[in-house]
Amino acid sequence: MKKSILKLTLSTALLVATAANVQAAESRDYISVVGSSTVYPFSTVVAEQFGKTTDFKTPKVESTGSGGGLKLFCAGVGTNTADITNSSRRIKASEVKMCAENGVEEIIEIKVGYDGIVLANANSAPDFEISRKDIFLALAKQVPNPDGTETLVENPYETWKDVNSTLPNTKIEVLGPPPTSGTRDAFAELALEGGCKKFAWIAAIKKTDKNKYKAVCHSVREDGAYVEAGENDNLIVQKLEANPAALGIFGFSFLDQNADKVKGSLIDGVEPSFEDIASGEYPVSRSLFFYAKKAHVGIVPGIAEFLQEFTSEKAWGEEGYLSEKGLIPMPAYERGYVAATAKYLGALDPQEIK
Amino acid sequence: MIDSTAGKNTNKTLKSFNDILPVEEKTRRLNAQLKKRHRKEMRFQMYGVISLLLGFLFLVVFFNSIISKGYTAFQQTFISLDIEFVEDIVDPKGNRDAKEMLRSDYSKLIKDALKKEFPSVKKRKDRKALNKLISSGAVYKLADLVIESPELIGTTQTLWLASDDEIDLLMKGHIDRNLPESERRVKDNSITWVDELVAQDRVVKRFNHTFFNSGDSREPEQAGIMGAIKGSFYVLLVTILLSFPIGLAAAVYLEEFAPKNRITDVIEVNINNLAAVPSIVYGLLGLAVFINFFGLPRSAAVVGGLVLSLRTLPTIIIASRAAIKAVPPSIRSAALGVGASEMQTVYHHVLPAALPGILTGTIIGMAQALGETAPLLMIGMVAFIVDIPQSAMDPATALPVQIYLWADSPERAFVEKTSAAIMVLLAFLTVMNLFAVYLRKRYERRW
Repeated sequence: MKKSILKLTLSTALLVATAANVQAAESRDYISVVGSSTVYPFSTVVAEQFGKTTDFKTPKVESTGSGGGLKLFCAGVGTNTADITNSSRRIKASEVKMCAENGVEEIIEIKVGYDGIVLANANSAPDFEISRKDIFLALAKQVPNPDGTETLVENPYETWKDVNSTLPNTKIEVLGPPPTSGTRDAFAELALEGGCKKFAWIAAIKKTDKNKYKAVCHSVREDGAYVEAGENDNLIVQKLEANPAALGIFGFSFLDQNADKVKGSLIDGVEPSFEDIASGEYPVSRSLFFYAKKAHVGIVPGIAEFLQEFTSEKAWGEEGYLSEKGLIPMPAYERGYVAATAKYLGALDPQEIK
Repeated sequence: MIDSTAGKNTNKTLKSFNDILPVEEKTRRLNAQLKKRHRKEMRFQMYGVISLLLGFLFLVVFFNSIISKGYTAFQQTFISLDIEFVEDIVDPKGNRDAKEMLRSDYSKLIKDALKKEFPSVKKRKDRKALNKLISSGAVYKLADLVIESPELIGTTQTLWLASDDEIDLLMKGHIDRNLPESERRVKDNSITWVDELVAQDRVVKRFNHTFFNSGDSREPEQAGIMGAIKGSFYVLLVTILLSFPIGLAAAVYLEEFAPKNRITDVIEVNINNLAAVPSIVYGLLGLAVFINFFGLPRSAAVVGGLVLSLRTLPTIIIASRAAIKAVPPSIRSAALGVGASEMQTVYHHVLPAALPGILTGTIIGMAQALGETAPLLMIGMVAFIVDIPQSAMDPATALPVQIYLWADSPERAFVEKTSAAIMVLLAFLTVMNLFAVYLRKRYERRW
């Protein structure tokens, strides 16, 4: 009897599995989007609009991180793989190769706009005006020896004043995302490296030893001055409010939503405002992308239309609904160019990716 | 080592010394000792009370923070507008075709109504701000209304439309009007318009049906938890359908029939180990087996259910075995003695007696499964899904995932939605646990 119960359960489970298998292999009538948690807030808005204003089903958007998304995206062609992946950085050559090995040959690259990364503190704290060089000196693991020789020492700076005498005399305490986060990568690349290469002799290392250069310019100090505060940007905002002495690193949309609690620091004299990020004046901003699988166009319904919705002026234009959510639009000519790519489903040239 | 022997020696001498003490002194000393023991007892109980109070205090703080942040989410601000259903806009062709009417530009109706209400607002930028008083979801309400009763076309109706999330926050007092304008999301002119509407009694707060009826949305005022509740429901359905029979069968076999040998020992150790494995491991297993090997669809509730049944199985097996073990052997002997077969003994006597314990274990396992997020991450259930799932095969999220996603959203209005969703999850957990207590109380038998 027990055996038969067991058999029954097992066989039902199997039956369910095979039935599902057949169904899954047959078709999927909604678009599956995976990828970056930074692009997620924008991608979801487009998905919702798309679902409401067309006859297609609302796309499903997963938040898996840029790297995880590209891995899922490049797993192969077929309705059991993702159609689109969001990315807060450009696809890497290794990922293009991985895609190609799994049969994902034609990839449509769509750059959607910019995201500013801000260094903010509580409204009750004094204004901060800082250069990328100061940021590098304050947060890098190894910094040039303060005595002026061309050697690296473990970061000795305790207060902002130590770094630059014009800065306030408070302890260096910066709350930011952990190394798994794309925001952290972008911050390291744009702010830390941006300051790092101001030292001519470090910039010279790049030519001789690329790995060492990267290690010097991208490593964040681990002695407690940089506090890993988790992936949740809302949490960082709350912590800044509670601790006016600290600074935090997060995306522009969170600054935009929390102007009553935190304010952005001026970096290299530029305020992190919508206009200045859009014009490229603000130095710490990155491009956001998504990648679509051309082989799925026409198989999964709505992909071409989804690309058009995303690249339409009412979505990503200067007055579009994405800008209300904090996406910084690209200049008009660039939007026109990318929108054309989206329209004609132009695939990415693998040679273009270094 | 030396100390302890020294202590022993003094004890010995004390004992002999005690014997020669007068009786009064003996009682005095005894009483003193008794007092000390009583004090010790008191202290011990005090520690218990203090830890209980401390726990209770944390609970109060926790609930207070969640409820005070979240209770406002159960209300939504509505603004009444005189909407004129102009035929040229709603149904330009005049054929009352529902499909075509769905595509009409209903936002124009709202804009016109606002224009009539505030004729002095002329500048394009101000107009845009004015139009933003009303939720962008209101157009779908108008569309539904017209399609359901086409006779409205050509008439003017006073309708209550949901406000935008920021106006909602303003009305609920979450936005400080005294802050400088640049630090506020709602600007001065919007506040003036809202105040004018309030003065005319055109703004009310009502029960927020949307929160309970609809799926996720990126617009806080349109976001609801029905999608997550249904997702959790399908996940738990699959979980209980699989894990209860399998867990029960395993427990009965191991407890009643299996020989006690090395192999069953190994199995027992493994089951206990599995109960302690971090749940994300089950997610990885589910990804590898159910999605990559069996080809089940990503993000579907059925995969979530399969993964969580693996997660719950050890809990159910351990609880069921304990419950079966608690049935006295005399019951079995008596049944066998009057000629029942082993199977009859199990089915007619052991299982009914053990059922309250088994069900309690199952419900607690289910409550655990309801609160799981980590394994769902791996199988793609941490996703933005607007459409409410209609079956276990549709893409779905679950309640804790919805909380996680909302907590990570930039829009301020999601703070209250997050807390409200936590309240809903806690309510479900409480109901399930109370049901477990009820079952235990109602059917428990003592021997």
